[in-house]
Amino acid sequence: MPLDLFTVGDPIADTKAPTDVPIGERWSERRFRGRLVNPANRRKMTVIVVGTGLAGGSAAATLGEAGYKVKSFWYQDSPRRAHSVAAQGGINAAKNYRNDGDSVHRLFYDTVKGGDFRARENNVHRLAEVSVNIIDQAVAQGVPFAREYGGLLDNRSFGGTQVSRTFYARGQTGQQLLYGAYQALERQMAAGNVEQYARTEMLDLIVVDGRARGIVARDLVSGELSTHYADAVVLATGGYGNVFYLSTNAKGSNASAIWRAHKRGAYMANPCYTQIHPTCIPVHGEYQSKLTLMSESLRNDGRVWVPKERGDTRDARQIPEDERDYFLERRYPAFGNLVPRDIASRAAKNVCDEGRGVGPGGLGVYLDFAEAIERLGRPAVEAKYGNLFDMYAQITGEDPYATPMRIYPAVHYTMGGLWVDYDLQSTIPGMFVIGEANFSDHGANRLGASALMQGLADGYFVLPSTITEYLADGPFPKVDDSHPAAQEAVQGVTDQINQLLSIQGTRSVASFHRELGQLMWDYCGMERTDEGLRKAIDRIQEIRQEFWSNVKVLGTWGSFNQNLEHAGRVADFIELAELMCIDALHRRESCGGHFRAESQTPEGEALRDDENFAYVAAWEWTPQGTAPVLHREDLVYEYVHLAQRSYK
Amino acid sequence: MTVTTQSGQRRAPKAAKTSSVFKKVVMAVSGIILVLYLIAHMIGNLKAFAGRDEFNHYSDWLRTLGNPALPGSTALWIIRLVLLAAVAAHIWAAVSLWRQAKRARPHGYVTKKANAQSYASRTMRWGGVIIAAFVIWHLLDLTWGAVNSEGHDGSPFDRMLASFQNPVSVAFYAIAVILVGMHLRHGIWSATQTLGQSNRRREVTVNYAATAIATVLTLGFLLTPFSILFGLID
Amino acid sequence: MTMTEDGPRAATAPHQERTMRVTLRVWRQENAASRGKMVTYELDDVSPDMSFLEMLDVLNEQLIMEGQDPVAFDHDCREGICGMCGVMINGRAHGNGMNDGSVQTTTCQLHMRSFKDGDVIDVEPWRATAFPVIKDLAVDRRAFDRIIQAGGYISVATGTAPEAHATPVPKKDADNAFDAATCIGCGACVAACPNASSMLFTAAKVTHLGLLPQGQPERNDRVVNMVTQQDREGFGGCTNIGECSAACPKGISMETISRLNHDLLGALRAGARPKS
Repeated sequence: MPLDLFTVGDPIADTKAPTDVPIGERWSERRFRGRLVNPANRRKMTVIVVGTGLAGGSAAATLGEAGYKVKSFWYQDSPRRAHSVAAQGGINAAKNYRNDGDSVHRLFYDTVKGGDFRARENNVHRLAEVSVNIIDQAVAQGVPFAREYGGLLDNRSFGGTQVSRTFYARGQTGQQLLYGAYQALERQMAAGNVEQYARTEMLDLIVVDGRARGIVARDLVSGELSTHYADAVVLATGGYGNVFYLSTNAKGSNASAIWRAHKRGAYMANPCYTQIHPTCIPVHGEYQSKLTLMSESLRNDGRVWVPKERGDTRDARQIPEDERDYFLERRYPAFGNLVPRDIASRAAKNVCDEGRGVGPGGLGVYLDFAEAIERLGRPAVEAKYGNLFDMYAQITGEDPYATPMRIYPAVHYTMGGLWVDYDLQSTIPGMFVIGEANFSDHGANRLGASALMQGLADGYFVLPSTITEYLADGPFPKVDDSHPAAQEAVQGVTDQINQLLSIQGTRSVASFHRELGQLMWDYCGMERTDEGLRKAIDRIQEIRQEFWSNVKVLGTWGSFNQNLEHAGRVADFIELAELMCIDALHRRESCGGHFRAESQTPEGEALRDDENFAYVAAWEWTPQGTAPVLHREDLVYEYVHLAQRSYK
Repeated sequence: MTVTTQSGQRRAPKAAKTSSVFKKVVMAVSGIILVLYLIAHMIGNLKAFAGRDEFNHYSDWLRTLGNPALPGSTALWIIRLVLLAAVAAHIWAAVSLWRQAKRARPHGYVTKKANAQSYASRTMRWGGVIIAAFVIWHLLDLTWGAVNSEGHDGSPFDRMLASFQNPVSVAFYAIAVILVGMHLRHGIWSATQTLGQSNRRREVTVNYAATAIATVLTLGFLLTPFSILFGLID
Repeated sequence: MTMTEDGPRAATAPHQERTMRVTLRVWRQENAASRGKMVTYELDDVSPDMSFLEMLDVLNEQLIMEGQDPVAFDHDCREGICGMCGVMINGRAHGNGMNDGSVQTTTCQLHMRSFKDGDVIDVEPWRATAFPVIKDLAVDRRAFDRIIQAGGYISVATGTAPEAHATPVPKKDADNAFDAATCIGCGACVAACPNASSMLFTAAKVTHLGLLPQGQPERNDRVVNMVTQQDREGFGGCTNIGECSAACPKGISMETISRLNHDLLGALRAGARPKS
């Protein structure tokens, strides 16, 4: 590897998991060994939680209940808007209500395997253990999960598993779980335990004497900067899929909080691991602003196919059965249409690359419900997927009951994120990272219905238990605006905003974002090559230079200025994109969502290189113009044996 | 640029006012009283078909209702007071909700279109005002005779004939009665909703019932004046 | 106009053959304190496949390039679920009911194929005292959160929950609760209501939690406190007109309002009183 793009630093390791006891006892052992904070002392301590999605909302609510003074920040008008709300399919839990052989160990095993052996065993096992508590908690909060006629909870199956362990609330599971957390959070706000900062965006982390002690935030309505201090800072700001411009993320989803924390010293782990979701509505035009996901649950009953012949432009219904290629069922008979996301996405890309794609530009495959409608009847299909079908019809103007849906993969989730240890603490003491914003539980590929599980596990159960070990040393000495670290952080943010507003160039922020996104999709998307990644890195550096010399940002900063907000986020995406490409370039193996064309089996499946790459790549930021430093965390597999994933 | 440490709450909630739902309950309950009265009133009106004596006799009976247990027109006056209270409460609730709506949206839309609003629901407020004006005229005309050519001294039947042999008067009366009908159509449905008695299962029934009651009352009230106008009663 | 046929996309794209020209009249208001007015913009080359918000993106790109202040509007998920977007389009909340009205939608899911070439489109913010304008089309809907704070939850501290199967819930109740729980808090009900009442929003939450066994212990206090809070916020009173439900992108039914009224009267009879 060329040493000009990065340098290698000391290895890093998680020292918090008690590996001296069997894996099934580690979580309870960790909780037992960790120090506690007595209720009287909790009142003296403040915790900042940034983000109000499943992870941030549940964490803020739980910490508020526990008696800490919590300050909660979010950029939208209400905590209920956080993008967890858009998760459709469901949430996994090892309840084994179906009596189909499920167990904590099986969920653990499936998740490690599904993550292509790039996740930490300890974290994943804990996730599987905690999963059952999440369902109990959500039901008690009034989350209206789907039920059977006997009044008990219903389950369905999801990609990458052979059991039915997914709990769901029609196609709006994320929404309902988020509202559960949101209501718990609002209850704590009403009780005065959580201070609320709506439409407020974190723009920097304040690190004092090596500890995370506060944040600089901007009130998006008045434009005013403010500083907030605490004994610990929790980031729950979600993923960075919007680096691709087009993704299934919300328009406002951004990487600024984690990226600026990264620049303050938090390591960024596995940034190249991005999940491309196979079932999204294809792109329809230049002006396209986002991509819409169709829940993976559709693959339970929908069959994916393309015409056998290239360039077959007949209407789908005119193509006879024997001229169709149900390529997932053909290539992966054991899992069929329910193979994990990375595999389904790449298979779709392959058939489109062969010229057999359907719809505009040949970038789409059919997801066909004709067989399901015949087998189950239209009312049953409507009951299961009605809202998704309506959404599809609304967006495309086509009726999915009459003609097959067209789908294409789209960026959906980022497995990478800030590096955290077993306690979910980053490399900056006092800064914890939860939910999609951290890297911890999904390895190189996330299984369906696991994101909701992880977000809520982190927020309700893990963080509130582990943060006490850190806070047991608190309260920490008081910090205020007079501290040099605080002044330096405020000055940095001020300078950046002034600079953005003073360039007054000729290109809009959105045009930079679109260009960056297209570049990332082409070279750091479903298939990556050495050559392509190098090309991308060169171009990203040019884009960054052009951005800082030619961007046009209007208005003032002392007002509601969405253009300015976007500009700051895109500036961070550009820097993050470069690190993603470097990470992707250095990992010369294929694993999960990271597919290097140079590393594949003769059948075209991902080929891992466990010898050389069974580690977490944790990147340390270095000032602009110098190469980032790679710290390796070796992954140890004691319970799940490394093997090539097979879904055939 | 100033750096501030802000507090969370942007705006303190205003002091509690009388619950908006309470106002609607007042509206619903007073409305129900008035509907019951209208049913009785309509039945009384239809006595006109039984002839002058029967009608006047009915009118006298109303004034001596409850005799001899109650002296004079006590019972009638009790009814009148209840009605007056119901009307006052109904108007108070309406005005109060109207003002609340005004405060809740002081600046209207440049363009606003209705999706669901029926003509009946849209005319509840101005319709109500017109109905109130009509009721006053109606009392002056037929109860007190102040604006009636037969005057206060004529018999109730004569006052009725005098009024309804005049096409203008019948037209005014008819318009008002149709307004009342629409008011009832929405009002009856609205009252079941306000009193928490409507649900998906009952919705169709409630809607039919509201339409049926409104229609029967409207037709019942129109029957007498038109029969007089066309000389079927004299 | 027809598109050139030289790009591979153009040749195979069935929907991109025609574009439209529309005239937008957009409410521009600097901030809550200032007075606003309608400003007219012409937009060419609008594709029928654009979403309404993508059309506004195009307008804003144009404005930025011309050095004019772009139109502020709230949006986030752009897939109809977060509830962040919402404007009055030709006098209708989210543009609902503009055509056949069969599909209820959020503004982000309204597509330009619902309009015709040459249309004049009025775009205004939600108007209600309880939703003050922040800028242009963006309003502050925190009042909704304060209604939830007044009681729109089930008090269960993390970790105290019983086993999920301990309390079966009849499927019908669970389904009805879900229907009410789909409310996304967008505010279209308030915007469309001639009284600017938030009754449908409050009723949806009262119904959702009131139908579930877990919601019973706090049922009386919840309804009394939430209704009191919505009055305090300065919303209008409900007069059962039904504009809210017709405008609701999630189709929350008027039945929820009846249920709220029923619960409220029952709660008051049972002696429940609002927290001061």
